[in-house]
Amino acid sequence: MAIPRKRIVKRILRQLKDYKFSVAATIFFALVTVAGTLAVPIFFGRVIDLIVVGGIDFKAIFKEFTIIGVLIAITCLSQWLMGIVNNRITYNVVRDIRRQAFEKLQTLPLKFIDGHPYGDVVGRVIADVDQFADGLLMGFTQTFTGVLTIVGTLVIMLVINWIIALVVFFITPLSLFVAKFIASRTYSMFKKASETRGEQTAFIDEMIGNLKVVQAFGREDENLEKFDEINSRLTKASLKSIFFSSLVNPSTRFINAMVYAAVALSGAIMLALKTPLPVAFSVGLLNSLLAYANQYTKPFNEISGVVTELQNAVACAGRIYEIIDETPEKPDDPDAKSLQNVEGEVAFDSVYFSYTADKKLIENLNLKVEAGKRIAIVGPTGCGKTTLINLLMRFYDPLSGKISVDGNPIDRVTRKSLRSNYGMVLQDTWLKSGTVRENILMGKPDASEEEMIEAAKAAHAHNFIMQMAGGYDAVIAEDGGNLSQGQKQLLCITRIMLSLPPMLILDEATSSIDTRTEKRIQDAFAKLMEGRTSFIVAHRLSTIKEADLILVMRDGNIVEQGTHDELLKLDGFYANLYNSQFAV
Amino acid sequence: MRKLLKYLTHYKLDSVLAPLFKLLEACFELFVPIVVASIIDDGVTGGRGVSYIVYACLILVALGVIGLVAAVTAQFFAARAAVGFSKELRHDLFKNIQSLSFSQIDGVGTAKMITRMTSDVNQIQSGVNLVLRLFMRSPFIVFGAMIMAFVIDVYAGTVFAVAIAALCVVVFGIMLASIPLYRRTQGDLDSVTVTTRETLTGARVLRAFCKEEDEIAEFNTRNERLKKSQLFVGGISALMNPLTYAIINVAIIVLLYTGALRVEGGVLTQGLVIALYNYMSQILVELIKLANLIITVTKSFACAGRVAEILDMTPSLKSVEPQKSSENSHFIEFKGVSVNYGDAAVNALDDISFTAEKGQTIGIIGGTGAGKTTLINTIPHFYDVCAGEILIGGENVAAMGDERLRSACGVVPQHAVLFEGTIRDNLLWGKGDATDKELLEALETAQAKDVIAAKSGGLDERVEQGGKNFSGGQRQRLTIARALVRKPEILILDDSASALDYATDARLRKSLKNLDYNPTVFIVSQRTSSIKSADKIIVLDGGKMVGIGTHDELMKSCDIYREIHYSQYAKEGA
Repeated sequence: MAIPRKRIVKRILRQLKDYKFSVAATIFFALVTVAGTLAVPIFFGRVIDLIVVGGIDFKAIFKEFTIIGVLIAITCLSQWLMGIVNNRITYNVVRDIRRQAFEKLQTLPLKFIDGHPYGDVVGRVIADVDQFADGLLMGFTQTFTGVLTIVGTLVIMLVINWIIALVVFFITPLSLFVAKFIASRTYSMFKKASETRGEQTAFIDEMIGNLKVVQAFGREDENLEKFDEINSRLTKASLKSIFFSSLVNPSTRFINAMVYAAVALSGAIMLALKTPLPVAFSVGLLNSLLAYANQYTKPFNEISGVVTELQNAVACAGRIYEIIDETPEKPDDPDAKSLQNVEGEVAFDSVYFSYTADKKLIENLNLKVEAGKRIAIVGPTGCGKTTLINLLMRFYDPLSGKISVDGNPIDRVTRKSLRSNYGMVLQDTWLKSGTVRENILMGKPDASEEEMIEAAKAAHAHNFIMQMAGGYDAVIAEDGGNLSQGQKQLLCITRIMLSLPPMLILDEATSSIDTRTEKRIQDAFAKLMEGRTSFIVAHRLSTIKEADLILVMRDGNIVEQGTHDELLKLDGFYANLYNSQFAV
Repeated sequence: MRKLLKYLTHYKLDSVLAPLFKLLEACFELFVPIVVASIIDDGVTGGRGVSYIVYACLILVALGVIGLVAAVTAQFFAARAAVGFSKELRHDLFKNIQSLSFSQIDGVGTAKMITRMTSDVNQIQSGVNLVLRLFMRSPFIVFGAMIMAFVIDVYAGTVFAVAIAALCVVVFGIMLASIPLYRRTQGDLDSVTVTTRETLTGARVLRAFCKEEDEIAEFNTRNERLKKSQLFVGGISALMNPLTYAIINVAIIVLLYTGALRVEGGVLTQGLVIALYNYMSQILVELIKLANLIITVTKSFACAGRVAEILDMTPSLKSVEPQKSSENSHFIEFKGVSVNYGDAAVNALDDISFTAEKGQTIGIIGGTGAGKTTLINTIPHFYDVCAGEILIGGENVAAMGDERLRSACGVVPQHAVLFEGTIRDNLLWGKGDATDKELLEALETAQAKDVIAAKSGGLDERVEQGGKNFSGGQRQRLTIARALVRKPEILILDDSASALDYATDARLRKSLKNLDYNPTVFIVSQRTSSIKSADKIIVLDGGKMVGIGTHDELMKSCDIYREIHYSQYAKEGA
C-alpha cells in the first residue's frame, strides 16, 4: 500500500510540471536575490577598507554607497516577487492535489468508501495536504536560495582568498553529514506520529459524530480513557519527532560557529604575519569573508530545517497519493450505451455476489421482472435485501452472472444513465448541507418553482417546509441535523416525486413517517408507481399486499415468490411471517 | 491564547527552562562580534601576534560548544512543553465536547468540532513550541545587539534604535493585517472539509442522482476560494522579508557612514566598526526568525481563539436543587412538562402530564414532528424542560445527577449506530463488566442471537466504523441488545424496530414483556401494532397530548389514534 519515498518525490515533481513557467520564474528571482545578497557584503567590505585612521575618502565611500543602494533595491524587489510566485505555485499545487483526490473519491467504488473510516479519508484530504503545503512552500522559499547561496558564496570566497575558501570547503561536509543523519532518523518518527494522528482523528470522528449515543450510554469516561490512551501515544511519537528534528538547527549552528572561528583564525593569522601573501588581503576583505561565512552556513541551517519539513511533507503526500492511486470503479465500457426510454424490465441471470470472499451471500439468483410491476422484497433482516439494491444500482458489481434492464446488461450501459433511471429512497436518509431547495432539486435541477412545490405537496413535505424559517431556502445543517428523521425522509421522497424516474427503489422509504402522513403519501406513491417498475423493501403488510410480486428472501436467496394470496396458500415461510403479526 | 495558557502549568519548569537556555545560548552569541573585533584591533592591527589570535579563536570555539549544549537542552524542554500542552488541551477539549448538551451539539456541528480537535490544536502546538524556543531568544539578540552598540558608541546605538523601531512597525503591521485574514482562510478550509465529508457520507445518494460532477464543481468552487484566500494572505506576508532586508541594509549604510566620521575623529577603531556591522547582521537573522515566529503565532492565535470558543461552551443543561417530594406513589411522573428548543415560537412539547409505573409499557405514537422523540429525550435529561417537572421515584430528573439517572436508562436511538471494535465491545457499552452470559441473554431478548450466529467471529466479530458491515435491521437489534445489557429500570425504544419485520418485532416485544427485572418500557412507534398491547398509549400531535389510555380506550375516544390505526389496518378490517 505505502508508496516508496522516491516515487512520491517524483510524483510531486510531475505535479509541478503545470507550473514550469512559474518554477522558472522563481529560479530566476532566486538567482537575482542571491546575487544581490552576495554582492552587498563585498561593497560593504570596500567601505570598511576605506575607513582607516587619518584621511577617509568620503567621495569614494559615497560611490560605494550608491552601488549598494541600487543592489538593495533590486534584491528587495526580486525577493518580493519570488515570494509571490512561490505562494502561487504552492497553493495551486495544493488545490490541484485536493481536486485530484476529490475527483478520485467520486470514482472510487462504494467498497472503498464503505471500508474506510470517513475521518481518515477526510484527514488525508485536509490535514495531510495542509502539512504538505507547508513543506512545499518552505521547500520553494528556502531550497533554491539556499543552494544558490552556498554555491555563490563558495565561488566568491575562492575569488577573494582561496586559502580560506578551502578551509571553509573542508568543513562543509560535516554540516551536510549532520543534516542527513538527523533527517534519516526523523523520517520514520514523523511517519509514526502522522499515523497515530490519523488514528486519533478517526476516533474523534466516530465518537464526536455520534455524541448523542455516547451520552445516552454515559460512555464519556470510557471514551476519554481510550482517547487519552491514543493521545499519550501521539504525545510520545510527536515529542520524539519534534525533538529530533529540532536538533538540526543547533547542530548546524554549531558547525556554523566552527566555520566562523576557522575563517577568523586563518584570516587574522594571514594579516598578522604580514608576510607577503599569495593573494591580496585586507581587513575589509576579512570582514566580507566573515559575513560570507555567516551567510554560507545559514542556508545549511535552513535547508536542513527544510529537509525535516520536507520529510514530513513527503510522508503526507504519500498518504494522499494513496487515495489518488486507488483503483477506481471499472469505468463504463467505451461503447456503453445510454439507457433511454426505459420500459423497466429487469432480469437477474445466475447472479453470484458476496462482500467478502470468505462469506457467501447471494448465490445463483435468477429473477425476471416485467416492466411496470411492483415488487415487494420481504424477509428477515440481514437476508440480503439491501444487497439487492446495491446490485441494482451498480454500487457493487456481481461476482458473476448478469443483471439487465430492458435486455441490456447493466455493465454495458453507462452508470449515469442506469442510475438516473432509478429513483431511490433509502432508510438511511441523507441530506446535503445547503438549502431545502438544493436538496429537492437534486434529481431535477431545472425544475420550476411550481413543479417543486407540487412535488413537495405530493410528498406532504410542503407544510413543514413552510414552517421552517426561510421556507424552501431554509438551510439544512450538515447531515440534516436540524430535521427529524421523518422530515428527512419526506424530503428524500420529494426528490423522487420531482424527478419521476421510470424505475423506483424504496428501501423502507416511509419507515420514519407516521402512518397518517404515510397513508396520504401512499396515494401519491401509488400514482407514482403506476407503470413504473418498483422495488420496495417493506415491512408493512399494506404495502406488501398490493405488490404484483413478492420476493421472500432468506440468507441471500429468494426462497418463495408470488402474490400475497399465492404465498399464503403455499403456507411456507411467508405465511409464517405474515401470521406472526398478530401473535403478540 | 491567554485562556489556553493554563495548559502549560504542568510544564511550568519546562516552559521556563526552555527560553532560559535559549537566552543563555543567545548571550554567548552576543560575545562573538566583540571577540572578533578584538582579534582585528589587538591581534592584527595591535600586533599582539598569532598566539593571541589562536587564543581568541579558541574562545570562539568554546562559545560555540556552550551554545550547542544550551540549545539542545532548550529544544528538549520546548518540545516537551509544547507536546504536553497540546495533549492536555486535546484532553480537555474532548472532555468538554462530550459534555455538551444535545442542543449545543446540533448548534456547533460535527465537522467544526473535529477540525478544532485536530488541525487547530496541531497549529497551536507548533505555535507554543516556536514561542518557547524563539520568543525570548530573538528579541534578546535584537535588543542585546542594540545595547552592545550603545556601549560601543552612542551614535551607533541610536542608528540601531531607529532601525529596530522601523522593523517593528513593518513586522507588527504585517502581523496585524494578516490575523483576520488567516481566520477567514481557516473558515474557507472548513467549507472544503464539509464537502469532503459529505461526499463520503452521502456517496450512495449522490451517485444515485449522478451528482458526482456537481459535487466536483462545488468542491472546486470552495477549493478555489480557499486558494484565493491563501494567496491573498500569503501576498501580505511575502512583504516581510524584502522590507526587513531593506531596512537593515540601509541601517548598515548609515552605520558605516557615522562610523567613518567617528573613526576619523579617533573615537572608534576599525575593529569596532566591524563589530557594529556584525551586530547589525545578527539582528537581521533573528528578525527573520521573529517574523516567521510571528506568522506561526498569528495562525496559532486564530486557531486558539476558535478552540477557546469550544472550551468556553459550558454544558447548557441545568440542574436544580433536590427537593423532597413528600408522598409520591408513582415511579415516573410528568407534571405539566413543556420543552422549547432555543427560542422557537411553538413549544416542541406542551404541558404533558402522565404517570408510569414499574414494569409498565408506555407506547408513544403521533405524527412526524409531534414531539415523540423530544418526550423520551427528556426522561434521561438530554434536554431541559422549560416548564413543569419530571419525577422518577419522586426525584426531579434535573436534580438526580445525569450519571446516576442515565445509568438507570437504556436508550435505543432512532438511528442505529454501532462503533468500531467487536460486537462484544459494542455491547459492553451497556455495562462495562457484563459477562458473556449476560451479553447472550441481552442478545436473545433483542432477537439478535442469529446475527451473532451468522458471523464467524461470534461475539468477537469485527464491527466497522458506523457498523457498516451490518444491515439496518441487524444494527437495530444490536443496539437494542446494547441497551438491555445494563438491565435498565427504564428502557426507551425510539422507533427502534422500524427496520425489523413484523415477526421479529412481535417476538421482541414479547421477550421484553417477560424480562424478570421489570423495566418500564417506552416504545415510540409508527405502528399501532407495536404498541397495541401497551399499558398506556400516549398520542401526541403538534407537541400536545391528545389522548392517553389503552388501545381499546383510545379506539373509542381518540380520533387521531383511530385514524392512525385504520391507516394501517383498514384493509384487514381490524
